[in-house]
Amino acid sequence: MHILDGNQAAAIAAKMSRVQVIAAYPITPQTPLTEQLSQYVEEGQLKAEYVAVESEHSAMAVCTSASIVGARTFTATSSHGLAYMHEMLHWAAGARLPIVLACVNRAIGAPWNVLNDQQDSISQRDTGWIQIYCRNNQEILDTVIQAYRIAESVYVPVMVCYDGYILSHTEMPVDIPEQVDVDRYLPPYQPHTTLDPANPKNYNLVTLANPRVGVDGKLCHGYMELRYLLQEALQNSRETILQAGKEFNDIFGRDYASMFWEERNEDAEITIVAMGSLASEAIVAADMLREEGIKVGVLGLRVFRPFPKQDVVQALRKSRLIVVFDKNISYGSEGATCSEIKSALYGTYINAAIRNFIVGLGGRDVKARELAEATKKAISSLKETVTNPDYPEWICQI
Amino acid sequence: MKANAVNLIEKEWILPGNRTCPGCALSLAYRHTLKALEGQCIVTVPASCATVLHGMYPITAVNVPCVNTPFASTGASATGLVAGLKALGRKGITVLAFAGDGGTHDIGIQSLSGAAERQYDFMYICYDNEGYMNTGNQRSGSTPLGAVSGTTPVLGKQQYQKDMTAIMEAHGLPYVATCSASYPLDLYEKVKKAKTIEGTRFIHIHTPCPPGWIFPFSDTIKFGEMAVETGLVVLYEIEDGIFRLTSASESLARKGGTLQPVREYFKSQGRFKTITEEQIDELQQWVNARWKQCLNRATNL
Amino acid sequence: MGTRDCNHICDESSPGIGEAGRTGEWRTHLPVIDDKRCTASKLNKPTCFLCWLYCPEAVVTRSIPPTIDLEYCKGCGICAEVCPVQAITMIPEEKNLG
Repeated sequence: MHILDGNQAAAIAAKMSRVQVIAAYPITPQTPLTEQLSQYVEEGQLKAEYVAVESEHSAMAVCTSASIVGARTFTATSSHGLAYMHEMLHWAAGARLPIVLACVNRAIGAPWNVLNDQQDSISQRDTGWIQIYCRNNQEILDTVIQAYRIAESVYVPVMVCYDGYILSHTEMPVDIPEQVDVDRYLPPYQPHTTLDPANPKNYNLVTLANPRVGVDGKLCHGYMELRYLLQEALQNSRETILQAGKEFNDIFGRDYASMFWEERNEDAEITIVAMGSLASEAIVAADMLREEGIKVGVLGLRVFRPFPKQDVVQALRKSRLIVVFDKNISYGSEGATCSEIKSALYGTYINAAIRNFIVGLGGRDVKARELAEATKKAISSLKETVTNPDYPEWICQI
Repeated sequence: MKANAVNLIEKEWILPGNRTCPGCALSLAYRHTLKALEGQCIVTVPASCATVLHGMYPITAVNVPCVNTPFASTGASATGLVAGLKALGRKGITVLAFAGDGGTHDIGIQSLSGAAERQYDFMYICYDNEGYMNTGNQRSGSTPLGAVSGTTPVLGKQQYQKDMTAIMEAHGLPYVATCSASYPLDLYEKVKKAKTIEGTRFIHIHTPCPPGWIFPFSDTIKFGEMAVETGLVVLYEIEDGIFRLTSASESLARKGGTLQPVREYFKSQGRFKTITEEQIDELQQWVNARWKQCLNRATNL
Repeated sequence: MGTRDCNHICDESSPGIGEAGRTGEWRTHLPVIDDKRCTASKLNKPTCFLCWLYCPEAVVTRSIPPTIDLEYCKGCGICAEVCPVQAITMIPEEKNLG
């Protein structure tokens, strides 16, 4: 057992995954992760090409090209850095490249803020990346390793998200697996792309709206069909994610065969939904409420993309009230997780009320008792109306 | 033995029936670039006329492996190819970045500068048609003073061209050179030489554009030659800091160095329809001063 | 019948001639080589070949005499311009006129 912060855990996982090309640009609070990786490379502990790129956009461009050549690639960023590479995130997913990115969740400006919230990765949810959130540093280490397993099976890039400072800079006990076991779990990358002058192929040329016949006489995809395949890959990745989680358990003894963490939910009529470190805090809140006789359970969302609709429906089938805490907001609407939950429940037999609270933006501390108070407030609001409010409530001091 | 039209490698890597305009200088330049590399390359191409040359999925008009990349990222994409090849232990392949002036001087300058500063081992070729020609001619940092474009439609461009080769020279690269599509043998020799040099190599190719510059497409070679004869384009190479004039610029210098006046160059292209007499005079003086500098710098005269 | 049979999961293109179709159809004028003026033909030896060197489309063959692939020649006229002995003339395409 080691005492590691989140960035160290991610760095160790990337090293053990035998990544071959790393391109990263430092940004708070990801910087120590980047520095740790360059240390591993310069010391010879990790045989990889470390590219000290001049921007995050270039970081992802280096990763996409290195990945097309056939190398296992890794990058990490936060906040504005993730936003800067937005265009390239779309590109990497559309090009079907199994890149793994660690997003150290940080608030995005204006105004400037270096502390934690999840607006950065949530803003990228439409790009076609698989997105997985971690509750603690053990999950960070384990998820980065699983990310390569998943990405390279379905050829979809994977974003591993963890809260800046709360996890990245906080030390906790983490078990580091044996390299020989990681090697067993992660076979070498088998690219689906060929860059060989003896057999020339061009990647990501302009496409037409309609399908077009190729050189071999077969009808090839139009843009829409290629994009359909990406959606299909994400839809089907659920099976791969669960399988990767199960096999992780077989080798390392920690079970990840689930799209979310369900705690105290078996007899609960009220379920709190949260993501990242907040999901751990929510368990404390649930326990506080249970001491007052309120049966509350927690659904700690792990995989945000693809959104596990049927699993969520199954978990929430007994809930009459769902309280969703979002460390993000889609301005003009509501928290992203809340929208996803509502979308999952629509048209099912579940007749729960849903209440959305925006919490923790810009590093605002979220205490378990605040989550508990908010849940009680949500419970009382059921007396006024059971319909879902248009807009979320905020836990702040305005 | 120096290359000529008789002994130059006959094999082609550009396939006929591609989407470039008739008389496209970029196509000619690319054809000879790939001959110099004998197709032993992996190319990365940003959004540009070259993208169109490469074709539309699922068919490509080019017989070399290629990775298309977003507009701003050519230098980074080339870096990624080099890093990936190195990590996989694959040798003997030139990584070629092939970008237009937009993707080099403007939106792509950051990633190119970053890659050059890191001294990654690839060849960067900028084919310069002096505007964002792929999208119908909007002004770029390389559009000359006085040229009309989609975004300088009435007054013509009010600024001078950005000297990208000088900027790349300032990165301390082992090899920078200027070429013209109208002098394909000079281009061929430079690419061949650059192929043997390790580190980031930068080659700038002047590629006249018939629809963008507004002249008949049979005159592409003529305007490229005129640009060199007037000194608007100087053909040179800088190898390890040593400056040499080459090809027609070298011959011109050896014969006394008298440049043709720039006036006819501007008067014969539709894009200069609003250029003023003052601008022509200014440009003539600028060309003369720059030529003098080149003559002074040249170590091979 | 859908597009799945092509087995592409991403945009992967293979080399092919005529990617833009029969670009010969773009022409308004086509090049004609006069073998009696062409230096390589007259001397019956490999020489000159500037038409081959300068063709942007690589549709000129470096043979004696040089030939032009009219399926794909776009009729730009560069070959006619660069020929040092004016052995190439651009003549109007009958079928493309009016």
